[in-house]
Amino acid sequence: MEEKDIILKAEHISKQYRLGLVGTGTISHDLNRWWHKVRGKADPYLKVGESNDRSTKGQSEYVWALQDINFEVKRGEVLGIIGKNGAGKSTLLKILSKVTGPTTGEIKTKGRIASLLEVGTGFHGEMTGRENVYLNGAILGMTKKEISSKIDEIIEFSGCQRYIDTPVKRYSSGMTVRLAFAVAAFLEPEILVIDEVLAVGDAEFQKKAIGKMQDISRGDGRTVLFVSHNMSAIKNLCTRAILVEKGRIRSTGSVDNIINLYLSQMRKEKEDFESLERKGNGVIKITSVKTKSIGNDFHGTVGLPFSISFDISNNTNVKVCDVRLDIRIDDSLGQKYAWLSTSVIPFDVKSKNNVVKTISFELEKLNLQKGIYYVTTYLECKGEVSDWIQNAFDFEILDGKYYESDAKVPNNQGKILLDYSIKHS
Amino acid sequence: MESKHIKSDWLYTISPKKKLINLNFKEIWRYRDLLFLFVKRDIITQYKQTILGPLWYFIQPLFTSVIFTLIFNNLAAIPTGNGIPSFLFNLAGITSWNYFSSCLTGTSDTFKVNQGIFGKVYFPRVITPLSIVFSNLIKFGIQLLVFISFYIYFVFFTDTASNALPQITIILLPILILFMGLLGLGLGMIISSMTTKYRDLTFLVGFGVQLLMYGSAVMYPLSYFKEKLPEYSWLVAYNPMTTIIELFRQMTLGVGSFAFNNFIYAGVISVILFLIGLVIFNKTEKSFIDTV
Repeated sequence: MEEKDIILKAEHISKQYRLGLVGTGTISHDLNRWWHKVRGKADPYLKVGESNDRSTKGQSEYVWALQDINFEVKRGEVLGIIGKNGAGKSTLLKILSKVTGPTTGEIKTKGRIASLLEVGTGFHGEMTGRENVYLNGAILGMTKKEISSKIDEIIEFSGCQRYIDTPVKRYSSGMTVRLAFAVAAFLEPEILVIDEVLAVGDAEFQKKAIGKMQDISRGDGRTVLFVSHNMSAIKNLCTRAILVEKGRIRSTGSVDNIINLYLSQMRKEKEDFESLERKGNGVIKITSVKTKSIGNDFHGTVGLPFSISFDISNNTNVKVCDVRLDIRIDDSLGQKYAWLSTSVIPFDVKSKNNVVKTISFELEKLNLQKGIYYVTTYLECKGEVSDWIQNAFDFEILDGKYYESDAKVPNNQGKILLDYSIKHS
Repeated sequence: MESKHIKSDWLYTISPKKKLINLNFKEIWRYRDLLFLFVKRDIITQYKQTILGPLWYFIQPLFTSVIFTLIFNNLAAIPTGNGIPSFLFNLAGITSWNYFSSCLTGTSDTFKVNQGIFGKVYFPRVITPLSIVFSNLIKFGIQLLVFISFYIYFVFFTDTASNALPQITIILLPILILFMGLLGLGLGMIISSMTTKYRDLTFLVGFGVQLLMYGSAVMYPLSYFKEKLPEYSWLVAYNPMTTIIELFRQMTLGVGSFAFNNFIYAGVISVILFLIGLVIFNKTEKSFIDTV
């Protein structure tokens, strides 16, 4: 990499956080820190601190959210930053956008950095769309003159022409997001930092947003740093990627390599069901899952029967009729393929009052193409969320025979296999 | 490394080093439109969905003055000076006190109120408290008009205001208003920075400002306090707000005599508190998002 092309350079960036409640004990630590400083000694709490691993319970109150991060970004590059929840991606972006300072290390830049950590920051419900465009634009670093020269484009891009002089509190959430993204899309800094903004809005708008991001990076040669869990967005937009793991850079390289590395790492870690991150009141919980095909545990096979069954811990003897289980099957890029739910198939009247122990979804003939699939589970008890796990587990579907002929449907032509017949005349 | 000679190319560096005062005036100037828009937002959103709207700017000081006049002057018989209507005396005190206290309370929770936006986007943080001081200045302007209208009424339509005359020192009024703003802003920034870690101060601000008003000679002249409670009078006398309010009344109504020492005293204290506030605010803004 030639030195003169580098627009941004991070050197040994680290960031330490204190865990638990800030409050009790804070003053004693502050005093101790100050006492060390007075005597010219190093901060005693910088030495302690453990690496950033969300699931293990550490000994220290201090934790390194980021440790020794080094990377360089070339002008015009779109750098994707991927990693698990809590790996330190957002902390990194926060430091880049000057929201918080690093504990050690420094970042050098040759251009102005503007960040888009969440759209619509600073929107005020009582003000009209137009007024909010000005305010939000100014917060993001534009001058009034710049905004005025672009306001028509911004409004047109947002598609909210009709409501632009209505207070934003009357907007639907989708409209707010459209307007907010439109403002951000017309920012013109040398370096743009984006975090997960594409996860909002309807499909049509997402497409528009991705298109706009591509224009920004390709057409205008703007440098973009992009954090997302949406692998297809990363794949579409980025020219290079970084994988962050437990506060350190695990690997840097081409987008495809990094995505594969990330996904294989995700797969390995999903085996332990207990430690998954979940939402809900936990009245009933999924304790384990089995995927099963003929002669094959764990894997499915195209065209053969397949079942996914869940063991459910149920200490309060909840009945079958009070429970709802939804599962969604996504591919590795986060595209949603299928949604299976006890709510769409009526349950057996005989077992209605049984105590729930297992729930199993049975497919007669597996009609998804070979590949790895990710399952999100959503368990509801008496209308309340009980156990909701994003990307709870994954399974692999092996190649098999779906149609009678031996010919295969090309994998890149379609992911779902349908039963159909052909009539000639 | 060979990159040594290229070093000067970097536009800026993000690092943990903290300078004592790290005010980038160029940057603040670049964000002046944001300051203006924040002020506009404060003004237009404050009284949305109210029936009386901006009339509240008038009503609040008016009613307070009426009550003060009833309680402190008519009931408790605090003298406000010969030929100076108690109502005008109180209105002068309340108008200037209001500006200071709204600056103080408005800026004292800067970090807490704005943590959402501060956690997402960078802009010079000092813009936010500045915008509060400016939008309060507009309210102060309106309240000053109210004061002037009542002054005109009392002077031309009653004969109670024979001694209420603006003094030549009124040319220093803009500077006095600047002191009020700086004092409120300075204290507010100190408190807002401290409350990011220790929330105790928020409780203090609530009733502390209320108590401070009684110690700031808003509804009595300092001379009367000295006469009645000489052993405590230093407490009130050293309060810079007392000095400012006394000066305000001297300039506009001619109450008491003008002491240039006092003017300097108020100015020095205001500037010092403002600078301390700025330093603490600067120190806090870099890391507050981790502790708030």
